[in-house]
Amino acid sequence: MRGALVVARYALREAVRRRVILVVLVLTAGFLALYALGAKLTFDEVNGLAADDQLDDRVLAGSTLFGLAMFTMLFLGAVLAVFLTLGAVRGDAERGLLQPMVVRPVGRTSLLLGRYAGAALVCTLYVTAVYVGAMLITGITGDWWPDDPVGPGAGLVLGVLVIAALSLLGSVFLSATANGIAVFMIFGAGLAAGLLGQIGDALAVQTLQDVAEVSSWVLPFEALYQGGLHSLTQDAGGVTGVIVQLGPFGGAQDAGPGLWLWALVYLGLVGAAARAGFARRDL
Amino acid sequence: MPTVLSCESLEKRYGGTVALGGVDLRVERGELLGLLGPNGAGKSTLTKIACGLVRATGGRAEVEGAPAGSASARAAIGYLAELFRFPDWLTADELIALHQDLAGSDGGVGERGELLELVGLAEARKVKVAAMSKGMQQRLGIAQALVGSPRLLMLDEPTSALDPVGRRVVRDLLRELRRRDVAVVLSSHLLSEVELVCDRVAILVGGQIVAGGTPAELARPRGVEVETGNGVRSFPQATREDVPRIVAELVAGGEQVYGVTVLASTLEDAYLEAVGAA
Repeated sequence: MRGALVVARYALREAVRRRVILVVLVLTAGFLALYALGAKLTFDEVNGLAADDQLDDRVLAGSTLFGLAMFTMLFLGAVLAVFLTLGAVRGDAERGLLQPMVVRPVGRTSLLLGRYAGAALVCTLYVTAVYVGAMLITGITGDWWPDDPVGPGAGLVLGVLVIAALSLLGSVFLSATANGIAVFMIFGAGLAAGLLGQIGDALAVQTLQDVAEVSSWVLPFEALYQGGLHSLTQDAGGVTGVIVQLGPFGGAQDAGPGLWLWALVYLGLVGAAARAGFARRDL
Repeated sequence: MPTVLSCESLEKRYGGTVALGGVDLRVERGELLGLLGPNGAGKSTLTKIACGLVRATGGRAEVEGAPAGSASARAAIGYLAELFRFPDWLTADELIALHQDLAGSDGGVGERGELLELVGLAEARKVKVAAMSKGMQQRLGIAQALVGSPRLLMLDEPTSALDPVGRRVVRDLLRELRRRDVAVVLSSHLLSEVELVCDRVAILVGGQIVAGGTPAELARPRGVEVETGNGVRSFPQATREDVPRIVAELVAGGEQVYGVTVLASTLEDAYLEAVGAA
């Protein structure tokens, strides 16, 4: 465990020294500023609309805006997770960076765990900060707050951690470039499967629903994201609830405790696969 | 002398390619072994198996009695790879500190200062790796390998980027390590370097040790040359023991003798012979 902490500290220091943290902070501030401007203008427009008995414009606008922000968080969180881990094993080994560390008594498992812990901490802080920032902006500018303020953020964090784990696993077998491409293609495939599931739900097409179901088990990050979107407006009913659910940022499926449990088991399985692959890898 | 590194029938195959085909090797405490061989002979593979970076497909490798690659074996080893790179955002002092943490060394500032001093980088402790020349990085690599006072040092081409002064620093360092009872396996193409510092040499060709021994044992007699008043006289079959008799016969025959040279093959000759014969 001591070795893993040493490596995690090293990974964090690398992120700071290579200005990854600085770049992320500056760009995040820019994103939140743009989001605040967009939210302010949107809610100004919504407040000028005539009241509708059937449709709650404020809920629709707030959940759509925040859903968009959540998609951005998932995407940028995935970018961060992938870039922090894509060359952790084979990439660093090809550059000759890994061997001097592997020879040390800390062991390969600690190295892997440390690299993951460092990336996971950066990603968790990033997603949490942006989530809280976007929620505060939406609440302050439009007086709209998620029905469940904690669950969607936690789901996003767990989803990004799953992506980081997949990227770390890929780094054991693939070169950095190939791994980056592979993980982003998996990420895109997961999102596409989720959208197909939404369409399947809206049109009651069983095949599409099945595709989404299977993909949510194979790639749980997408289901966690969809579950988070669902939780944003879980208490909204009537026409508003239906329209929000059908929109591009309305989650049709509740995550449920089974998905959370599976995501944690999935993390463990991916970690075990990475450990086994790394243990057998000649450097 | 206790054995620090022991390899028995060590094999490594990459698919159908045999990198090591049954190597037997022992390195004793305080011994400096030169590992020689052409590119692709298996030197780096042997080194990496000892360091736990590569898994053997057959045979056995042990470091201080522990299987190579085990935590206790790795704790006894210092390693500098042929193709290495250190994080360029770290300073020399930070890099050594990182390896102290990884090795569990509690040497602290004192050890860092001593190691950087040993490799002639005392003034560069605050210099980032990115700002160092290749030679400086190689010396930093040797300092890194010495973190935690290893009992076995595996050096793969440690002087390839060094200028003559840097090589002298490393030679002196290796002699100092021998004095401290550290075993060193020095893999190199620089035969003159190996000849100067190594106690013993193993020549690896095609994954097998084809020749081994002290540099003196590997150097074979190549006759005697005698400088006389009538020019240089060669005796190709003669040895050092024949010199008094040859000189006596020449003097008795009326020759003026000005000098005698006992010829022996160099390590380079022995190496080329071994590589050519294999």
